[in-house]
Amino acid sequence: METVTLTLKTTPTLMLEAEAISPDGLAGKTPDQIRALPVYMGRETYTLGEYFDVSGSPGSTAAETKVVVKGDLSRVKYLGSKMSAGEMVIEGNADMYVGAWMSGGRLTVKGSVDDFAGTGMKGGELLIEGNAGNYLGSAYRGDWRGMQGGLIRVKGNAGSDTGYFMNGGTIIVEGNVDVHVGTHAEGGTIVIKGNAKSRLGGQMVEGTIILLGTVDVMMPGFKYVGDEEVDVDGQKFLMSAYIGDLGERHRKRKGATIYGRLLIRKPAPADIAASREARLARAREAKKARFIAPEETASA
Amino acid sequence: MAEILIKNGFVFDPVTGVKGDKKDIAIRDGKIVDSVSSSAKVYDASGKTVMAGAVEIHAHVAGPKVNEGRNYRPEDKLFVNRAAESKGTRTTGGFSIPTTFKTGYSYAKMGYTVVMEAAMPPLYARHVHEEIRDTPIVDEGAFPVFGNNWFVLEYLKNNEVENTAAYISWLLRASKGYAVKIVNPGGTEAWGWGLNCLSVNDPVPYFDITPAQIVKGLIEANEYLGLPHSIHIHANNLGNPGNFSTTLDTFRLAEGYRANNRFGREQTMHHTHVQFHAYGGDSWLNFESKAPEIMDYVNSHPNLTIDTGNVTLDETTTMTADGPFEHHLTELNHLKWANVDVELETAAGIVPYVYSPNVKVCAIQWAIGLELALLARDPMRCFITTDHPNAGPFTRYPRIIKWLMSKASRDERLNTFKHADKVISATNVGGMDREITFYEIAQMTRAGPAKALGLSAMYGGLAPGMDADVVVYDINPETSFSGEEIERAFSAASLVVKTGVPVVEDGRVINNGNKRTLWVDAKVNENAQVMRDVEEKFLKFYSVNLNNYEVQGHHYIPNPFAIEVDATQ
Repeated sequence: METVTLTLKTTPTLMLEAEAISPDGLAGKTPDQIRALPVYMGRETYTLGEYFDVSGSPGSTAAETKVVVKGDLSRVKYLGSKMSAGEMVIEGNADMYVGAWMSGGRLTVKGSVDDFAGTGMKGGELLIEGNAGNYLGSAYRGDWRGMQGGLIRVKGNAGSDTGYFMNGGTIIVEGNVDVHVGTHAEGGTIVIKGNAKSRLGGQMVEGTIILLGTVDVMMPGFKYVGDEEVDVDGQKFLMSAYIGDLGERHRKRKGATIYGRLLIRKPAPADIAASREARLARAREAKKARFIAPEETASA
Repeated sequence: MAEILIKNGFVFDPVTGVKGDKKDIAIRDGKIVDSVSSSAKVYDASGKTVMAGAVEIHAHVAGPKVNEGRNYRPEDKLFVNRAAESKGTRTTGGFSIPTTFKTGYSYAKMGYTVVMEAAMPPLYARHVHEEIRDTPIVDEGAFPVFGNNWFVLEYLKNNEVENTAAYISWLLRASKGYAVKIVNPGGTEAWGWGLNCLSVNDPVPYFDITPAQIVKGLIEANEYLGLPHSIHIHANNLGNPGNFSTTLDTFRLAEGYRANNRFGREQTMHHTHVQFHAYGGDSWLNFESKAPEIMDYVNSHPNLTIDTGNVTLDETTTMTADGPFEHHLTELNHLKWANVDVELETAAGIVPYVYSPNVKVCAIQWAIGLELALLARDPMRCFITTDHPNAGPFTRYPRIIKWLMSKASRDERLNTFKHADKVISATNVGGMDREITFYEIAQMTRAGPAKALGLSAMYGGLAPGMDADVVVYDINPETSFSGEEIERAFSAASLVVKTGVPVVEDGRVINNGNKRTLWVDAKVNENAQVMRDVEEKFLKFYSVNLNNYEVQGHHYIPNPFAIEVDATQ
């Protein structure tokens, strides 16, 4: 495998759209041809060479190419989008649409990414060592075909609307997520190792959401159906299983109705006692406050 | 003024009856002439095919429903936006619902010079005309919808044909419309009650009138006025298995009427996108083609013209004034649905649709569309459309022409469907050997639709005195050619001349032409009752007042072309 390294020279004033930067876009090209590739900013077209130093050279096909991108790429969009094979490493933060529509290969981001990473992803692996923005592994605006396959792993947190219109593949968020997870999903698996806020699986038709942490507010359309043991990254957890979203249409397979599944880790008995104690303490405080408050208001 | 001579091409022109002879076409001052002086600009068309500009009789290309499609389907634009390809042209975008600019350029590149917008909601006629204005090159007209209009329902319930005609005359002028369009007569109004009219005898709630009465009354009013086009109908029960009997019932409504007009039009009914109306079976499981039954009737009834509505096997956006149908469709495919009610006039719905070659029903629909054209005995009465964008985008016409002209291409497609065996047994296309000729293509896309629209004096032919809309395709009809070569040639014309101005050369747009908006100015005797009804309805029901309704002035129609009709005697 041959390696080509692109180093950002100056941070662009506006957002730079660099969909050419991927193993597929660079494979088989000479460094000079790479420098001449178009990148877009606003309504203007520039060459890749105006913004990046190019060293090394790519392989003859995407599968034989490793692309390393260096510098502050937080204003560069579409890095690694539509890649089908090979390897790519982004050594910093990146802007929107990282690895969007990728169908194969391995894309690693050492920093954090902005929104729409892995949009419409069909295959391959996307590893984000920092945080992800909103709409991770989602559908393009208006589309009903979100992530179809492959794996996205985020070491940090993810924003809102993770797995919006997801149809397949796996998203693993090792940190926390914001609201709306797996909205409209019709397949795929979303694993959240940290905590979630609310609206898990809203209008979900099919697919699985696994939550190891806590959820602030459950969706009303989910029904508890029992406990089961689930394997996450090689560890086993006892989980409460829910089906939903019961307000949606659900198709049948072999006579049985298929639902979206929401699995939430059952706390250990000691945790249950502790959380019960904490809840009672909060309730006592609240009650006390209600009795004391009117007198204080009157004397004020 | 400018003279052009297109030399030595193989000319196909049903108007002058030329079938592939080598001929020169002379143009002066925007018209076809017998000869030009030696200073004329000469184009060498030797080894190429020459036809008149093509005429689109039914497409949804301008107006609020098209624009809502653009709004709610950003994914339709994904990866297809293109920078302007030459000086003076604009950025283009969109696939099934292209921008207005792409609409104009794409039609022109395929050799189309006239396009009819198939359904204009009169209340939003201003929007329709603004989009028509922004669609370059092609001459356009728009058909206001009448089949669910409260005025029409009330007049026809009492058999008041003269009042209906006076109202049509007023509305054509107010909306700058071209013809009387009918969409799911009565059914769209019934949708306001959550109902539909699935046969020609289903009564419309409240109005207590049947689709049959609406259609017959509008034929009578249309012929009373002597409009250039006949009524243009999308019948009840579109898209349902077994609907061919409703279609035949609708055809029969036109029996006994005679075309009355001074434009050479012979039909009294144009039925559009018949593919969607030619289904047998009683469920999606035994869904089958009834194209032979439909075409038997069409072939033996010269008072009828049709267009096909060919399925192109693409991902597209369905949009129609048939509100209940679009609700039915979104329940079938679970994709996003837009719906609107247009006050006293009509409604509309939009749903994306994927015609997949792996789905049996889609493949059968594909076959039915082709069967209609292949079974047509008179190509002057059967026109090629995709009901753009409902059965597929109009940019696929070259592909449909390929399937019609080449049995090999057609069979290759048919035999590679996922459910080929089931498709072949539910249809007839596999056993059809006919290959449509260049001359028949010229009839189905030029002379035929021009005649049906009452525009045969201007468009669709190459006789001296007609508008100089001339197209040269880079294909030699005297050598053997593959289906792929047909598709390539019809996709990007070598030369397109529009009213005497070269607008496309070598498949590239070079000029924005001299676009006109066609509309029909029908004069009737003063009708105090209708005018009082109009004023009353605007006071009582409309959300706008009359002054904000009419389409007038340079802003909406910078280059109008009014076709005058006098029904005052």
